[in-house]
Amino acid sequence: MIPSALRPERSERDPLKSHVLSNLRSLEAESIFIFREVAAEMARPCLLFSGGKDSTVMLAIARKAFAPAPIPFPIMHVDTGLNFPEVLAYRDRWVKDLGLKLIVASVPDAIERGIVQEEPNGSRNRIQTPVLLEAVEQNGFDCLFGGARRDEEKARAKERVFSFRDEFGQWDPKNQRPELWSLYNGRVHKGQSIRVFPLSNWTELDIWTYIAAEKVEIADLYFAAEREVISRDGMLYMVNEFTPRKDGESSERKTVRYRTIGDANLTAAVESDADTLDKIVAEIAAVRVTERGATRGDDRVSETSMEDRKREGYF
Amino acid sequence: MARETDLLRLATAGSVDDGKSTLIGRLLFDSKTLFVDQLAAVERVSRERGHDYTDLALLTDGLRAEREQGITIDVAYRFFATPKRRFIIADTPGHIQYTRNMVTGASTADVAVLLLDARRGITEQSRRHAFIASLLGVPHILLCVNKMDLVDWSEDAFESIREEFVEFATRLRVRDLSFIPISALHGDNVVTQSKNMPWYDGLPLLRHLERLYVASDRNLVDVRFPVQYVIRPQSHSVRDYRGYAGTVGSGVLKPGDPVMVLPSGLETTIETIETADGPVEEAFPPMAVTVTLADHLDISRGDMLCRPHNMPTVAQEIDAQVCWMDESAPMAKGGKYAIKHTTRWARALVRDIAYRIDVNTLHRIEGIDELALNEIGRVQLRTTQPLFVDTYQDNRQTGAFILVDERSNKTVGAGVIGRATVAA
Repeated sequence: MIPSALRPERSERDPLKSHVLSNLRSLEAESIFIFREVAAEMARPCLLFSGGKDSTVMLAIARKAFAPAPIPFPIMHVDTGLNFPEVLAYRDRWVKDLGLKLIVASVPDAIERGIVQEEPNGSRNRIQTPVLLEAVEQNGFDCLFGGARRDEEKARAKERVFSFRDEFGQWDPKNQRPELWSLYNGRVHKGQSIRVFPLSNWTELDIWTYIAAEKVEIADLYFAAEREVISRDGMLYMVNEFTPRKDGESSERKTVRYRTIGDANLTAAVESDADTLDKIVAEIAAVRVTERGATRGDDRVSETSMEDRKREGYF
Repeated sequence: MARETDLLRLATAGSVDDGKSTLIGRLLFDSKTLFVDQLAAVERVSRERGHDYTDLALLTDGLRAEREQGITIDVAYRFFATPKRRFIIADTPGHIQYTRNMVTGASTADVAVLLLDARRGITEQSRRHAFIASLLGVPHILLCVNKMDLVDWSEDAFESIREEFVEFATRLRVRDLSFIPISALHGDNVVTQSKNMPWYDGLPLLRHLERLYVASDRNLVDVRFPVQYVIRPQSHSVRDYRGYAGTVGSGVLKPGDPVMVLPSGLETTIETIETADGPVEEAFPPMAVTVTLADHLDISRGDMLCRPHNMPTVAQEIDAQVCWMDESAPMAKGGKYAIKHTTRWARALVRDIAYRIDVNTLHRIEGIDELALNEIGRVQLRTTQPLFVDTYQDNRQTGAFILVDERSNKTVGAGVIGRATVAA
């Protein structure tokens, strides 16, 4: 059955809204169209799965796009070696349930092979890009699905749904293909590729409203629970092997949840009592700070840090 | 909760001087979409640059080059929501050298919000914006006369602009035209009714956008279902399943409806209309569904389902207005390009370029051989495969196409199909 929030508006409710799709249904339909367009036109697509809420919604919609057939492409996880263990278990559950093929591109492995070098600040945000690009090349992928949304960040607000990357995986923001109507152009020469963002037009609130309406299973870390945390630069980090207590720091137990899930050494939790999907939706509807501003140490570096990373081939 | 909301796509055009960024910043802020940390970042950068005001343009100008040059180069997509509606803004630059970006933003818009400065009145730029919006079939045009505070909130100033614009708009195809006097800086008639202009009895901009009736803008009459992808699961549980996946371009599909398949011309009936959440009783635009048919026919991507007595034109000669988007080379008579129309690719030959339109004066310039970047002209194409087309005026889905350069693979042109299409 279609959950009520997604069912098309019926004429008896409001004659002016007859044959008008709801916001969530319109967004879902647009994403399904994008998935099918890629499956029809690209030779070897692959879906980037991080275990976060956005890539989970992507996967849930990809399943719908091809039902009753299985999803016709593999998924890839760029494993920085800094994942919350809960997220890895969650990833493997999805892979098993949907019968997917999983490719893991490992950053620790690449460090060992000398492909990339650990950065002094311990962030593997930048060095995961060459690892991703190597895996793309080895597997011959000409298209990668990413869960990025335009509301997340101002460089992303300018990116196309079908975003062209050259032989080096680079994004050139000044040289993007015009994108009109829903006539997407995925044509590439060998070695070039397209990054496709099926959730471009979704907002954080849309994602949560959809997860709640569709009862999409998401990682437990998104739900509020009492956790041992330390406060650093105004951000709350869970005490674990990635962010251990340093000398002189004290930790305390607080009821927190994660608004985004990235690397465990960089992603901060927020204080929250939202332990159900409905409470999370209500919290996000009222919140006044962006998710990246609230939870990511890595995006505070400069005004254009996202644009710079994207130019190098990052998502 | 946001259960009843629908989605409205708007394109904004105007230059920074018209106060467009201020207006968008205000819509975002007053609808509580602008976040505290975004505002703090903009305030910090404004201070660092020595501005004595918060430059809201920094919110939308996201690229390094845009920030360095202080101009909007590309389309930026912004989102906001009210309890009544969710909005997608395609914010486009106003200058003539970015005509292609405005064409892009307008291609999917339900409403075009055009901004002009009350002191300067109607300029070439506002005429150009209105022309592009009408060419791209945007059903509603909303002219915001901004900076009313600088003309002493004068009703006469507003009325004379309105009269002049209405006169100009008679030369365009505009279905619905509205005018709102505003002051983006002070917030008059943006979200709340202005106390300074009691003579204005219409709605403030945001309320107008919330109530705009767009359901009838969709074509629910002519069934057009471009087959996007054939679903054939190779499993024992659903043996023999053959579903035609696609997004309803226009019209309403129901199980039991007779349909004709193009290009074969064969007729059959719709057996079921399916989604991953179960079958549905009807499908209308822009629903993404999977259709199963009563008969096993040879149907593949690029084919189209329609009604037997309501078909699109099957054409290989296309008459269209094209906006040229390639900075590296003009469109030339005799040029060959890849063409994408609905879910179908073919090749196209430029047989003739009849004229180019001066987008500022709407004058036709004849006797030309090519269209340069940002120029709009009327062209005749011949395609290698038949396309299933309607005029853009009748159908934005089957009346539009893009042209792609076969060497660089770049999207180089956007076309809207005119009435003089010749059947193959």
